[in-house]
Amino acid sequence: MSLQNLLSGPPAIVAAGVDVFSDALRAQGADVHDVDWRPPGFGDPADLAALALDPRRAAANRTAVERLMAAGSVLVDVRPAREVIGLTDRTLLHSGPPLEWENASGPMRGALVGACLFEGWAADVEEAEILLSTGAVTLEPCHHHRTVGPMAGVTSPSMWMWCLEDPVTGGQAFCNLNEGLGKVLRMGAFNEEVQARLRWMRDVLGPVLSTAVRGSIDAGNDPLDVKAVLAQMLQMGDEAHNRNRAGSLMALRELSPAIVASGAPSSDIAEVLRFIGGNEHFFLNLGMPTAKLALDAARGIPGSTMLTVMSRNGTEFGIQTSGTGDRWFTGPANTPVGLFLGDYGPDDANPDIGDSAIMETYGIGGFAMAAAPAIVRFVGGTVPDALATTERMYQLTLAENPAMQIPILGFRGSPTGIDVLKVARTGWLPQINTGMAGRVAGTGQVGAGLVQPPQQCFEQALAALAEEARTA
Amino acid sequence: MQLRSGVYADSVKLMQVSRRIGAREGVSAVLVAMATPLNLELAANMGLAPEEPTSPEQLLIAVRADDDEVLAEALADVDAALAERERSTGTATAVPHRTTAAGLDELSPEAPALAIVSVPGQYAAAEAADAIAAGRSVLVFSDGVPVEQEVALKRAASAAGVLVMGPDCGTAIVSGVALGFANVVRPGPVGLVAASGTGAQQVSCLLDMAGVGVSHVLGVGGRDLKEEVGGLATLDALAALDADPATERVLLVSKPPAPSVAAAVTEAAGKLSVPVRSAVLSPDSPDLTAAVEGLLADMGLDVPVWPSRPGPAEAAVPGAALKGLYSGGTLADEAMLLASPALGGIRSNIPLQPELDLGTDLSAPGHLVVDFGDDALTVGRAHPMIDPTLRLEAIEALAASDEPAVLLLDVVLGFGADPDPAGALVPALTAARARRSLPVVVALIGTEGDPQGWSRQADALAAAGCAVFSSNAAATRYALDLLGASA
Repeated sequence: MSLQNLLSGPPAIVAAGVDVFSDALRAQGADVHDVDWRPPGFGDPADLAALALDPRRAAANRTAVERLMAAGSVLVDVRPAREVIGLTDRTLLHSGPPLEWENASGPMRGALVGACLFEGWAADVEEAEILLSTGAVTLEPCHHHRTVGPMAGVTSPSMWMWCLEDPVTGGQAFCNLNEGLGKVLRMGAFNEEVQARLRWMRDVLGPVLSTAVRGSIDAGNDPLDVKAVLAQMLQMGDEAHNRNRAGSLMALRELSPAIVASGAPSSDIAEVLRFIGGNEHFFLNLGMPTAKLALDAARGIPGSTMLTVMSRNGTEFGIQTSGTGDRWFTGPANTPVGLFLGDYGPDDANPDIGDSAIMETYGIGGFAMAAAPAIVRFVGGTVPDALATTERMYQLTLAENPAMQIPILGFRGSPTGIDVLKVARTGWLPQINTGMAGRVAGTGQVGAGLVQPPQQCFEQALAALAEEARTA
Repeated sequence: MQLRSGVYADSVKLMQVSRRIGAREGVSAVLVAMATPLNLELAANMGLAPEEPTSPEQLLIAVRADDDEVLAEALADVDAALAERERSTGTATAVPHRTTAAGLDELSPEAPALAIVSVPGQYAAAEAADAIAAGRSVLVFSDGVPVEQEVALKRAASAAGVLVMGPDCGTAIVSGVALGFANVVRPGPVGLVAASGTGAQQVSCLLDMAGVGVSHVLGVGGRDLKEEVGGLATLDALAALDADPATERVLLVSKPPAPSVAAAVTEAAGKLSVPVRSAVLSPDSPDLTAAVEGLLADMGLDVPVWPSRPGPAEAAVPGAALKGLYSGGTLADEAMLLASPALGGIRSNIPLQPELDLGTDLSAPGHLVVDFGDDALTVGRAHPMIDPTLRLEAIEALAASDEPAVLLLDVVLGFGADPDPAGALVPALTAARARRSLPVVVALIGTEGDPQGWSRQADALAAAGCAVFSSNAAATRYALDLLGASA
């Protein structure tokens, strides 16, 4: 064995613990770097040690990160949920971990009611609520169907979905189409304005996009490389969760020729282009399944402490890790802090909701805050805050994703692959950028801001991973 | 309600302005936003919809206030808020490193580096594992690390080609950088592998005084040569020194290894190109100084006169009790091993045999040697090389006692130790000697190059009436002479 790197010259020292050693080293003129060590934020010391010393961990996490990064994402189709994931009548998907109607928050109830009305399963709100409260409509998490949905994430059989494919693994992921801002189903609104838009999306937008996407591929064009758009967005001031302006415009640019060539009436085409161009979050529903593809590729690696899901249903926050497969670890969702539309205030905001935290799980969104300084002002912060947030997230993650570069950090790759063990040791929780839905069903969006997961999720995940490591 | 044209601010800025105005006393509703359809709807919900036609390029300022004065002030504040520019720059506030991994990540991968871990023992494994994963060696000062974690760390380190020094390793010198409790010794050809911190300090200081010097001192932790650990770090450290061009000879400083481990180490040492000598502290070879002298002989060098300061012409006190008050565990061990044949059983908190356990009464009568650095006596306080309180209390108790006694102390100099240990001891020793007859013998472990300076400390102690030796073995033998019990 050779320790030449150790004995080849006076070493630089990284010191974690008592200051007296660092002081003595500085007195000798040594190059000393102090770790600002604190007792872990949570976790049984024996569990932390069991994971730290698990001989599988390093290789398992390396594999998880490699699969995450290797995954690609191309847009191959647009089809109704009924066809894509076999969503049957009287079944609705929702965001977050599993949920019962009794525990559903206002905006989730509003969206579920709205979907029942949209599907014609109920004639009015009362009827819809009876269906939902009696179990006549089955509720299932999007994540159980290779699907993600922003905010309430409610997806019904007639809704059209983006169909994305990972050319590396052949994996697939799906997401519904984004409705825009304000009074929208995903924020819990369900009035006639919402219903009219959903019908138009079903009857006009979906078919036009479907024809366009298929037509373009049938004509021999490459499918839209969604991952490449994500990478470009980070160079253009988006963090791809709460700010999707550049991405939405790029998607519009890429899709427009095929939309125009779709053969639909020009009035429909004009309406479709106007709708996409007017929706700054249009791209979010393409970015999310791209992240989902990558994280699904990293699932089920024994010994890996990397997160594969962070997701909220408006009541609970849930996470999954690669090493523990499909098991959910949940805790009560926090309420975001941020800025409010109109005269809405903090009391109007619902607890955290949506599958969109898949973006942070993928290493962008709040983790790439430094790429989108505009976002940090949602909490009255500053540009240095944005940079510091991303710097902190590097200490929670396993790798830097060279495909997702942050210009102001010298094109450093975004902090990618959240490590449960590092979350515990630093005591820092992942930073998530998010929209805020109104607490009362039917309200719609009330603001946008920042939120963190509840620590309980990570406590449970850590204990389960340690248990698994001991029995491995 | 105002509509302004030719003014644009982005939506986040406008939300911030709205929030600031909304917080003003007397303002019940506010919306400052571009006049988009969505915002017009929000304004209508607030009962503040403009009556005139609007366009999305216009800035809508809608404020409801208790009276005109509040309204005028609020509108003025809107202008002020819109005019304000953020002054912050694009520089990140420094984010502290919370883990060893984050700290190591900042260093150039090519440059030599190592980690020191002195966090509470139950958390030390994760920090040490960070270093191993980063391909760096690590010194674990923390004690209380479970032995199975030590084994796991050392196995991982071996596989990664790095060294784990510790746990409970307080002393190392790597390429001249003194880590933990270590002395300023001249560079030289002798590499030390040490399972004992103060043992390594004694040996390295004597080598310095002999003009030889050391290449590196690699600590391995007190448990490394036990059966459970199997000498994992010792074997790696020996191999590393064998490959090091600066190291011509190796001295292994330890307590007796487990027999199986001793065999493995002997076999491994025999295969190295560098000669390895053992300084194993045991009843058969109780003397670290003798081991150094043997090494000097191997090198064809003369043994120097080890520096000392003679004590006053004390009357011998035959039959008195030996009171050894030590800060270094290995030095206390050496003193007991040397004195036991002459004195019989010596009671201690780190006894040579279990039946000699001192218990908690540090001022018990008879021969005794106390190690103040033992874990049980350092709970909640710093090591006695830094914090002399407990030992000073024991000296005071001895001063108040009328049991005839000879006091034997170690004083360890170097980095990490008290900046002036003699300054702390001399008043207590002077006071004790003023009250009663009490010969004091000091083993002063250090070098001239140490921050405290061997001679300065020796002179101060000698002036207080102590006999001072640079060799702990010599100090112990002198104390035995005073007791009329020469071994």
